[in-house]
Amino acid sequence: MALVTSTPAAPDGDVRRTRAVRAGRTGGRRIGSHIFLLVLVIYFITPLWWLTVASTKDTAGLFTGSGGPLWFDDSFSLFDNIAGLFQHQDGIYWRWLGNSFLYAISGGVGATILSVLAGYGFAKYRFRGRNAFFALLLGAVMVPMTALVIPTFVLLSEIGLINTIWAVILPSLLSPFGVYLMRVYTQEAIADELLDAARVDGAGELRTFFQVSLPLLRPAIVTVLLLSVVGTWNNFFLPLAVLSDPLLLPVTVGLNNWQALSNAGAGGEQVWNLIVTGAFISILPLIIAFLSLQKYWQGGLSLGSLK
Amino acid sequence: MATTIAPVTARPPSPTRKTRPDLKDRRRQRWGWLFVAPFAVVFLAFLILPLLYAFQMSLMTSTLATGTNFVWFDNYAKAFTDPIFLGGLLRVGRFALIMIPAQMLVALAAALVLDNLSTWASKFSRLLIFVPYAIPVVIGALMWGFLYSPRFGPAGDLFGLLGLDSPDFLAQSSIFASLVNIVTWQWAGYYMIIIYAALRGIDPGIYEAAVLDGASSLQIALRVKVPMIASSMVMVLIFALIGTLQFFTEPQVLRAVAQGAIPVSYTPNMYAYSLAFSYSQFNYASAISFALGIVVFIGSYFFLFLTRKQSGLK
Repeated sequence: MALVTSTPAAPDGDVRRTRAVRAGRTGGRRIGSHIFLLVLVIYFITPLWWLTVASTKDTAGLFTGSGGPLWFDDSFSLFDNIAGLFQHQDGIYWRWLGNSFLYAISGGVGATILSVLAGYGFAKYRFRGRNAFFALLLGAVMVPMTALVIPTFVLLSEIGLINTIWAVILPSLLSPFGVYLMRVYTQEAIADELLDAARVDGAGELRTFFQVSLPLLRPAIVTVLLLSVVGTWNNFFLPLAVLSDPLLLPVTVGLNNWQALSNAGAGGEQVWNLIVTGAFISILPLIIAFLSLQKYWQGGLSLGSLK
Repeated sequence: MATTIAPVTARPPSPTRKTRPDLKDRRRQRWGWLFVAPFAVVFLAFLILPLLYAFQMSLMTSTLATGTNFVWFDNYAKAFTDPIFLGGLLRVGRFALIMIPAQMLVALAAALVLDNLSTWASKFSRLLIFVPYAIPVVIGALMWGFLYSPRFGPAGDLFGLLGLDSPDFLAQSSIFASLVNIVTWQWAGYYMIIIYAALRGIDPGIYEAAVLDGASSLQIALRVKVPMIASSMVMVLIFALIGTLQFFTEPQVLRAVAQGAIPVSYTPNMYAYSLAFSYSQFNYASAISFALGIVVFIGSYFFLFLTRKQSGLK
C-alpha cells in the first residue's frame, strides 16, 4: 500500500540523489544508458516528427517532396492546409474537433465526478451490500468495453438515442477502474479520525465530503480525470457504431472516414494534406495537457498497482 | 481485480470502528449508498443491462422467414465451431504472445535505465517516450499507415541508404509485425511510466545490502528490482492482455491502406462489428461479443491465478 501514498512530490529529493551518487555509475555505463535512451526516443518520436513535417506540405509535397518524407519541403503550406480545413466540406473538421472536446470533457468530467463520489462512498462507509457491489465492480474492470458496444447500440436504438450526442456521452460515464482508483486512494489519503473530528465539530456528511475530503483527493482526481478524458477522446469503436450523422462525429472517426475515402476515391476526394494537418492539430491539445499536468499524472498513473 | 481486493480488505479496522455501532452510526453508513448511487445507476444502465440484454439476444435467432426464435445456446455452439471466429481468436492469441512481451520488454528496459539515471536528458526522454500515449489510437494507426506506405513513407529512402529494397510493410506476410510495431509504439511508454513509478517506490536501502554483497547493477536490476515490482508488472500484463484480446482499432484503420492484407474478420471484434453493421446479424454478433467477453474474462482470471505468487497475492 505504500505506493499509493507516494504522490509525485514525496519520494524525490535527498534519498534519490544519494542513490544516484551511491550507485556510482562509471562514465561508460552512463553513456551506454544514454545511447539506449536516445535510440528509444528516436523510435518514439519519429512518427510525430514525420507528422509535424508532413503537416507543412501540400499533397504534391507529400508524395514527391524535395526534402523527402522526414524533412521540410521547399514550399511551406501549413497555413494553406489550415485554410483548407476551413473550406473542405464547409469546415466540418472543426466541428469534429469541437465534438471531440464536447465528448471528452463531458464524458471525462462526468465519469470523474461519479468515480470520486462512488470511490469515497466505498472507502468511507460500511453500507449494506458494499462488498458485493465492489466485487462486482472489480469483475467489471475485466469486462472488455468493446464487448459492450454492440448491445449498447441495440439498447440505445430502442430508446431512440442512437445518432445523438448522448449515445457517446452516456456510456462514457462508466469507469469502473476510476472508481477503483478513487477508493484505494481515498482509503489511504483520508483517515477516519479526520472525518470523525469534522463530524464532532458539527459538520454534516456532505460538508465533510466537500470541505475536508475533496481537497485531499486532488492528485487522484486529476489522474482519474486525465485517464477518463483520454479514454473518451481516444474512443473509436463506440462513436463508430452509434453515430452516422457526419456532423456528430468526433475527430478520430471523421479523419478515419477521410482516409478511407481518399484511399478508395478518385482525385477529387483525395485530401491527404488535410488528413495529415487535421491529425497534427488534433493531437496538440492532449499533448499540451499531459505536458502541463506532468506532476499530477506521473505519480498518479501508478495508483492502481499495489504491493 | 482480485489482485487488488486483498490490500483493501486486509486493512486493519481503525480504532473508532471498534466502538459499538449505535443507531446513529448505522444511519450514517447509509450515506454510502447516496455517494455510490449515481455511479450505480450508470453501472446498471451501461454495463449490467447491456450485458443481460446481449446475453438474451445471443440466445435467439431472427430471420425474415421465421421471425425471432429462442434457440438456447445454438449461437454459441455456432460461434465456437465458426472457423472465422476461432481463427480470429487464434490470431489475437498470437498477437498476445508476441505483442505483450514486446511492449513489456521495451517498457521494463526503459524504466530500469531511467531509474538509474537522474540527468535532465533522462527526464526529457521519459516524457518523450510517454508522448505516444497522448495520441489517439486512430491517429497513431493513421500515422503509421502513412509511414508504412510506399507512396508517402520514408522506408524507401532509409533502406535506399543501405542499398536495399524496402520491404512492403502492408503486405499479407508483414502486416502482423507491422501491427505489433504500432501497438508497441503506442503503449510501451504508458507501461514504462507505471513500472517506473513502482521502481521509484522501492526503498533504496534494499540496494545497499545487495551492493555490499557484491551484486552488479544488472544483477540488482534483475534479482532485486524486478521481483519487487512484480505486482505492477502483473497489472500491466492484465491491461495489455485485455487490450490485445479486444484488438480492433489499429487493424480496422489499417484496413483501408493495406488492401487485401486485413480481412473484415481479422479479429473477433472486427468480425462482430461487421456481422452487426454490415450484415445486421445482431443476434449472432451479440453471441460473438459475449463469447469474446467470456474468453477475455476467463483469460485474465486464469492469468491472475497463474501469477498469484509473483504478484504476492493469494
